Amino acid sequence: MTGTDLDAGPGAGAAGEPRPDGRRAGELTPRELGRWAWRQLTSMRTALILLLLLALAAVPGSVVPQQGVDALAASRWREDHPRLTPVYEWLDLFDVYGSVWFAAIYVLLMISLVGCIIPRTLVYARNIRAVPPAAPRNLGRLPDHASYESQEGVEEVLEQARAELRRRRYRLRPVEAEGPGAGAVSAERGYLREVGNLVFHLSIIVVLVGFAMGSLFGYKGGVIVLVGNGFSNNLTQYDDFVPGSAFSADEMEPFSFDVEDFEVEWLTEGRARGQARNFVAQLRYREEPGAPEQDYDLRVNHPLQIGDSEVFLVGHGYAPVITVRDERGEVVASGPRVFLPQDQSFLSFGVIKAPAAEPDGLGLEGLFYPTFVNIGGDPVNVMGDTLNPAISMLVYRGDLGLDGGRSQSVYILEKDDAEQVTKADGSPLRVDLQPGATQELPDGLGSVTFEGVQPWVRVQVSQSPGKVVALVGVVAALLGLLGSLFIRPRRVWVRARREGGRTVVDLAALDRSGGGDVALVLADIVESLRPAAEKEQ
Amino acid sequence: MTDPSWEALSQQAVAAAGAVYFLAMLSHLVEWSLLRKVPASAEVARVSAGAGGDLALDESGTSGSSGTDETHERRVLMAGRLGLLLTWLGAGVHLVALVARGMAADPNRVPWGNMYEFTLSGTFVVAALYLATRRRFALGWMAPIVVATVLVLLMVAEIWLYAPVSPLTEALNSPWLVIHVVSAVIATGAFTLGGITSVLYLLKERAAAKHPERTTGYLARVPAPAVLDRVSYRMHAFGFPVWTFAVLITGPIWAHEAWASYWNWDPKEVWAFITWVVYAAYLHARSTAGFKGRNAAIIALVGLATLWFNFIGINFFSSSSQHSYADASSAVASPLD
Repeated sequence: MTGTDLDAGPGAGAAGEPRPDGRRAGELTPRELGRWAWRQLTSMRTALILLLLLALAAVPGSVVPQQGVDALAASRWREDHPRLTPVYEWLDLFDVYGSVWFAAIYVLLMISLVGCIIPRTLVYARNIRAVPPAAPRNLGRLPDHASYESQEGVEEVLEQARAELRRRRYRLRPVEAEGPGAGAVSAERGYLREVGNLVFHLSIIVVLVGFAMGSLFGYKGGVIVLVGNGFSNNLTQYDDFVPGSAFSADEMEPFSFDVEDFEVEWLTEGRARGQARNFVAQLRYREEPGAPEQDYDLRVNHPLQIGDSEVFLVGHGYAPVITVRDERGEVVASGPRVFLPQDQSFLSFGVIKAPAAEPDGLGLEGLFYPTFVNIGGDPVNVMGDTLNPAISMLVYRGDLGLDGGRSQSVYILEKDDAEQVTKADGSPLRVDLQPGATQELPDGLGSVTFEGVQPWVRVQVSQSPGKVVALVGVVAALLGLLGSLFIRPRRVWVRARREGGRTVVDLAALDRSGGGDVALVLADIVESLRPAAEKEQ
Repeated sequence: MTDPSWEALSQQAVAAAGAVYFLAMLSHLVEWSLLRKVPASAEVARVSAGAGGDLALDESGTSGSSGTDETHERRVLMAGRLGLLLTWLGAGVHLVALVARGMAADPNRVPWGNMYEFTLSGTFVVAALYLATRRRFALGWMAPIVVATVLVLLMVAEIWLYAPVSPLTEALNSPWLVIHVVSAVIATGAFTLGGITSVLYLLKERAAAKHPERTTGYLARVPAPAVLDRVSYRMHAFGFPVWTFAVLITGPIWAHEAWASYWNWDPKEVWAFITWVVYAAYLHARSTAGFKGRNAAIIALVGLATLWFNFIGINFFSSSSQHSYADASSAVASPLD
């Protein structure tokens, strides 16, 4: 894109110094090498190849699960592919968009862009006030030209042409007299195309800055809050938290909220039977400790803004309240347990761990059915509303792996060292309960009580600094793009000369963008310039 | 009218539009087959020069003026006009299908909530854009291809993508659905037309390079490569800002409201970004030595491939995409990390 040619020229190497003797032909001084490299990097061809590379480099991120996008899928993938995982990790394939090689491509692209934009801006700054170039001697040589004859004088014709071109918002060159009885008008328009082009490319840098601000200083965290419970915004409260690279916990605003209620409207008829809509979580929040309490109905697509943070409703589900007693009758596990929805019908999976039970630790793992129906002996979940809730769980006893001090997911029961509790006939014991019911475990191990169900909502809190910068950048980029695509830079020349009692008018037009069709433009100008009387001839 | 009857009307209108498009395609095929008798070289000049877009022979035609030629010319003219008329009619019925589809939902909504509806809208945009720009860009030569493409896509939509009318999932229930998706649909239509032109550019260019003097058959009626290149550029230049608006402005704004983050590197977003980058490369390639023409056209087709893969492939192959509205997985019950 830089218009200069590659020839660095003799003496261009070490400025101010005589060229050292004995240099082989083609040998470059570091400075020449630098210039050569710079020109290569800022050439349009390189920019183009980098663009295509960027597109190619973005592909793996849509194929391999990304740690930052779906951590669960990423860890599952790692478990399933133990051999490929080290290679993929070495290649940063679980974090493509944060990887060094991806960054290398876009940083090179940005350097190429800047290196291309700065010289262009300078050229543009020089040209912005330039007058249109004088008319070429032979307008008939231009690909798009026309000519007509007029009875009017040269001056009149030219004056009309000037007025017409001015009306069409062309910039005119000061009057050019070409000897007696001849003259020309030179006009140009579309100067803003280059502005559009520059704005577009500079805006991309602005967008990148905004994006970088978000990924440096922003954060995003998710938390499941039981309806009736509260949340206060600090790191310990989150289930998952993705901080920006330069994030510090001081930036977290000290707000807190309680989820007072959660409402869902379940469709019970029509094709979307079983689908839910109009989710509303009623929040009571404080912007900071001691601030007045405010109410907000949190809905999908309608986040709550508190200072620079935003709170979003992104999911919901059920937490069965289950009490486990051991052989002594002691309560070893109680309260609501968050079960994770497995499908659209909100059939949910969860575990309960009671390591303190005597004589052995107890663990339960199984499903929650919001609307349980027994069809031919098979438990079926009909829909997501809690019309007939039930749990169906398997029981394990023994070491649940909680003593090792290793951190464990609350949604996974480690059964490697545990033994499945069976019925007298040896088949696995299943605890099937409806609210209020209790089932005794065999061998006097204890009992399980299903007390009821509490809904939960999943809330996402995020701070995205720089989002306004990015938005302004991308809007400016679009405006610049429109300018650079649709403003057509054109030059038009009109020459009139006296010939045998008539005035011969030659016109020519030149499109400077390479995409335009100036023949029609020229025809239109000719149409408006030719006197009406002569058109009829 | 009740919702089921609106839905039935939509179905019937789609079927009727398909039939009318089919007839339009037949008319254009007749037009083209009749043209085979005219010397090709004369036709090339006329088609590429005619700004009106009509393939019909104009008065200054060089193909003689004997009586048989005149009736022949009139037949060509008739077939072309009939084809155009039928295309307009087809597009009108197509529009009825779309409106009825929107009316069939409760509450009424824009008819692009799932893949079937998106395809229905996208094909309508292709037909409408063709009809709107036909005169201006002299697209008469494109008629059979456009009509055939629309027809095939409509059939694909009916056979593989059909889904009954159902209410929107919660996350889709936003004003941004209108503005985000409509811009994506329009850009898709424009890129598709641009892609058709690019394919023909490649074919024509190759044919012209092989036999500079005597190209025969359909390609002989297609304008010169330079004209095709310019039409293709215009289509892409229209589509690109609209795509930018859809993918990089309205998309992130909506994503921010619905998913708490304006850019999530969701597979759909990644591919929309890839498409954007490839088309940006196309626009640059058109003004780069060594990439003009052939290579630029190839890049444009790569862009179209990524666009369609994103639309169809991602919905079927990627279960992790929050955009996978091919099945009705509720965005609100997103899997937990």
